[in-house]
Amino acid sequence: MSPRGVLFLVILLAVFAAVFVYPAGLGAKLLPWRLGLDLVGGSHLVYQTDLSKIGDADQNSVLEGLRDVIERRVNLFGVAEPQVFIARSGDDYRLVVELAGIQDVKQAIRIIGETPFLDFRVTDGVGTSTQFVPTNLDGRYVKGAQLSFNPTTGAREVSISFNDEGAAIFERLTEENVGKPVGIFLDGQSISTPVVREKISGGSAVITGNFSSEEARELVARFNAGALPVPISLLSQQTVSATLGTDLLQKAIVAGIVGTLLVILFMIMYYRSLGVYASLALLIYIPLTLAVFKLFSVTMSLAGLAGFILTIGMAVDANILIFERMKEEMLRGLSRAASVGEGFRRAWLSIRDSNVSTIITAAILFFFTASFIKGFALTLFIGVVVSMFSAITVTRTFLRVFVKSHTSS
Amino acid sequence: MNRNWNIIGHTRTLLAISSVAVGLAILVMLVWGFRQGIDFTGGTLWQFRIPDASVREIEETFASKLNVEDALVTISSRDGSFLVRVGDLSEAEHQAHLGILTGLFPAFQELGFQSIGPSIGKELRDRAIVGIILVLIGISLYIAFAFRKVSRPVSSWKYGLITLLTLFHDVLIPAGFLSVMGRYYGVEIDSNFVVALLVVMGFSVHDTIVVFDRIRENLSLDRGKTAFRTVVNLSVNQTIGRSVNTSFTLILVLIALIVAGPHNLYYFILTLLIGVTTGIYSSIFVASPLLVLWERARK
Repeated sequence: MSPRGVLFLVILLAVFAAVFVYPAGLGAKLLPWRLGLDLVGGSHLVYQTDLSKIGDADQNSVLEGLRDVIERRVNLFGVAEPQVFIARSGDDYRLVVELAGIQDVKQAIRIIGETPFLDFRVTDGVGTSTQFVPTNLDGRYVKGAQLSFNPTTGAREVSISFNDEGAAIFERLTEENVGKPVGIFLDGQSISTPVVREKISGGSAVITGNFSSEEARELVARFNAGALPVPISLLSQQTVSATLGTDLLQKAIVAGIVGTLLVILFMIMYYRSLGVYASLALLIYIPLTLAVFKLFSVTMSLAGLAGFILTIGMAVDANILIFERMKEEMLRGLSRAASVGEGFRRAWLSIRDSNVSTIITAAILFFFTASFIKGFALTLFIGVVVSMFSAITVTRTFLRVFVKSHTSS
Repeated sequence: MNRNWNIIGHTRTLLAISSVAVGLAILVMLVWGFRQGIDFTGGTLWQFRIPDASVREIEETFASKLNVEDALVTISSRDGSFLVRVGDLSEAEHQAHLGILTGLFPAFQELGFQSIGPSIGKELRDRAIVGIILVLIGISLYIAFAFRKVSRPVSSWKYGLITLLTLFHDVLIPAGFLSVMGRYYGVEIDSNFVVALLVVMGFSVHDTIVVFDRIRENLSLDRGKTAFRTVVNLSVNQTIGRSVNTSFTLILVLIALIVAGPHNLYYFILTLLIGVTTGIYSSIFVASPLLVLWERARK
């Protein structure tokens, strides 16, 4: 293909990419940007799971159950695309909840944080020193719950039903404790300690507490979403308000634009017409790279955006290496057209080398660090790779088309 | 562009400046250490806006009304928001404080809340250290690769070792700066700081390699006709343009980020800016003079 053809294709591609990445109109309709919590506002919550009571064999199914329960609960709250996943860290398993773009973070945290952990305890010991000890019957076995009223007293009650396994355990438990109290504990707090009158079969239990109508309704809703199979505790949280997120995003975009303009200004002032070609290549680089981010569904966080903006300053590095080499070739007496070819040929090795160290750093950061830095490493890596294409192929095409025609005229 | 600055002629002065700078950086780090952010120690960072309130007022409110004695309050000069750093706060405490603050200041607006448990803090710090070690290994391997060919009159491993020395020079100076900032302005180091140093390492090495490659090329072309220091000086002059310009475009972008960018990234960018600037200086004024000094000492 002729250089003109290549140039036409590259520009066409860049125009498509620009439409695709523009955050409104057609591009947004095709595939919206995935923005990080820190830019749209939202909460990133990390919970520690307590698996001490769970055997090794059951861990996976319990964790999966936990994830499902939290997901249902969060969905109940009506957050768009909540992310709930289990992250392993050494021997610990953590539950990570990401709630993007929500208005009332406080409410969301409360709903997850107050997720009930239900368990049944029996008395241990004799005489006065009775003490409740946990049994293996807990929220895992709860199938559902409903609000009811005591037929005689009219007090609010929450009736819960167990699944088959839970029903069997409950039956045995009540059988063994006839005449003794059974403690019903919610999040480690005793809410009711009924005395067992007889063995209960059929797998349902009634909790009678001093519930207000709101408490009772909420408890039922939470049990229906599923009680937690294991207790969890909040380890860390990061919450960013939508106001702050939007502000950070806008400032990052402004800084990116200002940085691009400064680089273009410098390149044109220092390298004159060559600088114009490098600037055009840079203007093609930006939509192309953003399009790659979008195609690979890279979540753009503040750190990721920072990584990308840094690559804007690095994308012209290859051009500088080539232009400096061309200057040397021209000093040696080569024609402008001949020095273009020679400059590219001889600069290639140093361009490759100059990007290797950044690629090494980005790769190590990507594989060995936590989520926020990962975003930075990923955009840095993609940016460096795309910039090698834009600075070499795109600039060379520009020079072939314009310098050749210039010398032949 | 045909100017030929006598850089090697000032070897002693240039190296003395760098030695003093690096020595001071190491000294302040040893004496003052770093103020570690909640990333590494665990703790809480709370960002909010209360129009017309002063830092003092916030501090007093935290101490008297919320019973939080260790609150460290700073105000952002950019948008007037407050940043309060306190120890571990549970979600229940957070909500309780939120209620009290909203009651006291009706215009209270929460912007962000970040709380990191001590166990996660330790984990992030461990990961940062692992990251530093791995990048150092990766870059050392790369240096070994870049200088794998035998060369004369200076053997390859010397170039490699000096490249590594230059790398430490470029990292220690911004690190020392952050230590000073921690001492006088309460600036804390976090994961971002470590990332900035790692990125600086990458740039530092590349700049040095460009100059050293040219020295080796010129030495092989010259075949020992010209004095070593003359060849080195010529090589530095030949590569000065690209060395400065490639870093300068990055500096332009960093300046844009410092001036107009998100304030959350301020110290991350500042660390990079100092590191990259030091990198320009060292690739011209440290790496090559060091090479000449070493050769002179051998004779």
